[in-house]
Amino acid sequence: MDAIRTEALTKHYRVGFWRPRPYVALDALTLDVRRGEVFGFLGPNGAGKTTTLKLLMQLIYPTAGRADILGRPVGDVDVRRRIGYLPENPYFYDYLTAEELLEYFASLFGYAAAERRRRVATLLDEVGIGSERRLQLRKFSKGMLQRVGIAQAIVNDPEVVFFDEPMSGLDPLGRREIRQLILRLRDRGCTVFFCSHVLSDAETLCSRVAILARGRLVASGHLSNLLAFQVKGWELVMTGLTGEALDYATRVGHVARATACGVDHYALDLPVAAAPDRVLSELTARGARLVSLTPVRETLEDYFVRQIADAPRDRELEVSHTDAGR
Amino acid sequence: MRVVSSVALHVFKESVRDRVLFGLVGFAALLIGASYLIGQLTAGQDVKIIKDLGLAAIATFGLFIAVFIGIGLVWKEVERRSIYALLSKPVRRHEFILGKYLGLALTLLVNVAIMTVALYLVLAYLNTHFTDNARAVWPAPAADPGMLRAIGLILLELLVVTAFALFFSTFSSPFLSAALTFGLWIIGQFNADLRNFEAVVESPAAGYLARGLSYVLPNFAVFDIKTQVVYALPVPFSQLMTTTAYGLAYIALLLTGAIAIFARRDFK
Repeated sequence: MDAIRTEALTKHYRVGFWRPRPYVALDALTLDVRRGEVFGFLGPNGAGKTTTLKLLMQLIYPTAGRADILGRPVGDVDVRRRIGYLPENPYFYDYLTAEELLEYFASLFGYAAAERRRRVATLLDEVGIGSERRLQLRKFSKGMLQRVGIAQAIVNDPEVVFFDEPMSGLDPLGRREIRQLILRLRDRGCTVFFCSHVLSDAETLCSRVAILARGRLVASGHLSNLLAFQVKGWELVMTGLTGEALDYATRVGHVARATACGVDHYALDLPVAAAPDRVLSELTARGARLVSLTPVRETLEDYFVRQIADAPRDRELEVSHTDAGR
Repeated sequence: MRVVSSVALHVFKESVRDRVLFGLVGFAALLIGASYLIGQLTAGQDVKIIKDLGLAAIATFGLFIAVFIGIGLVWKEVERRSIYALLSKPVRRHEFILGKYLGLALTLLVNVAIMTVALYLVLAYLNTHFTDNARAVWPAPAADPGMLRAIGLILLELLVVTAFALFFSTFSSPFLSAALTFGLWIIGQFNADLRNFEAVVESPAAGYLARGLSYVLPNFAVFDIKTQVVYALPVPFSQLMTTTAYGLAYIALLLTGAIAIFARRDFK
């Protein structure tokens, strides 16, 4: 059983005051997230990531399609006992302290008072909130609120947790702590569905990712599969390379750029079309010696930018589509 | 029920820490205390003045609390997006609405109780200043327990007003909700005049329209028995029961409407 499964999940809104037009916030998203994985849901601002999360939390209703969490429909209250959710830029109640907020949320899961207190104390320690736990939340900084938001998302020890931009507002140390927390959650068997546009976090944490652009899924799969075969060139480092050999290699188009690293020691950028073994044998025949040959792979950022650039731009439907909006 | 009571207790906790509420209750208690001084200026009407002013203060400040906290109950949660985290918990939308309503009802109950205690303390203090002969001409004792009937109906009226404020706050802004709630409260005070409108207008259509509206709009005047209790006039038990049933039916209707609207709402 998948942790999360969506089938053609679609959300249209009506935009415009005088002549409302349907606007595609999410277009037929089909996705499955397996249990125990850290899944990165990536996309630029306005791609539809938060819309997807709101549909999964049933904060909004789909125009079409369906979504299941842990094999049950998203509206099922029993499912909500087993999941956690951190909204983007979370905001809580001004006059409650962090402790009181977490106790309140824990009470909604039916924990007894002693258990609530134990959980709350442990969680606040885990997200790095110390003596501030007895301060009213209106006195909290954005980063501190984010930590409280993460704590409330895991107050019930969830099987699946949804984080919407969990690193937002955190300093580098805070980001590192939250990355470690996410990995601890994964080690406990918790599935983490994690929305972000910070690709370095996704690269560090996620086993699989999906990329959303303009409301449409443009790519999904294992990070290693998405990036492994996208070799965009080679870096050949050689020593004993003479000027004549370098001129030859550049002239015949084997080398796109040469960077001197020392006397007769060069790092050569080979285009993706070049056959590195052939270039290597030609240069060694001219007296050079191999130091290293490394494929230059596409980074997640390169991949992301390419996918986003290729995504269709039109998000407004024809007026004849009457099924839009609720 | 556990979820509803958790949400209600949270609303109560938030409300009692709100400085606006402290201000309103403090001012009401001050006004009730000051009614003692105003009573001193009148010849032999001290007790009546204090009762009139005290009951009016409870009704008026209760109204402000009901409207100003009631209109923000749902709106604030949606606008500040705290509802996102809350509704991702095992909380059904109708439990959220009921919890919010009961939380504010509890807040109102406690505040009305504080104002009532303040009123009875002033009246009890005043009672010690008079001889038995002077007391004998009063229509009712100073600290008359019969006033609790009027205070009970004031509380019920406030609960209806709260239900209106909550209903409007499920789909409109606080400003509009406040305007609509206050507007309905004012119209509701003159509901009987609407019903008898045909006696003062020549157009039968206008008369029928006014009569029709009087059946649809709330009749807040029925909750007002302040004059009867101050003058110790009889208030039939059946009137109290009918008014209570009327108030509870209105609350049930409004909460059902609020739940129906809220259940379908998208939180964009």
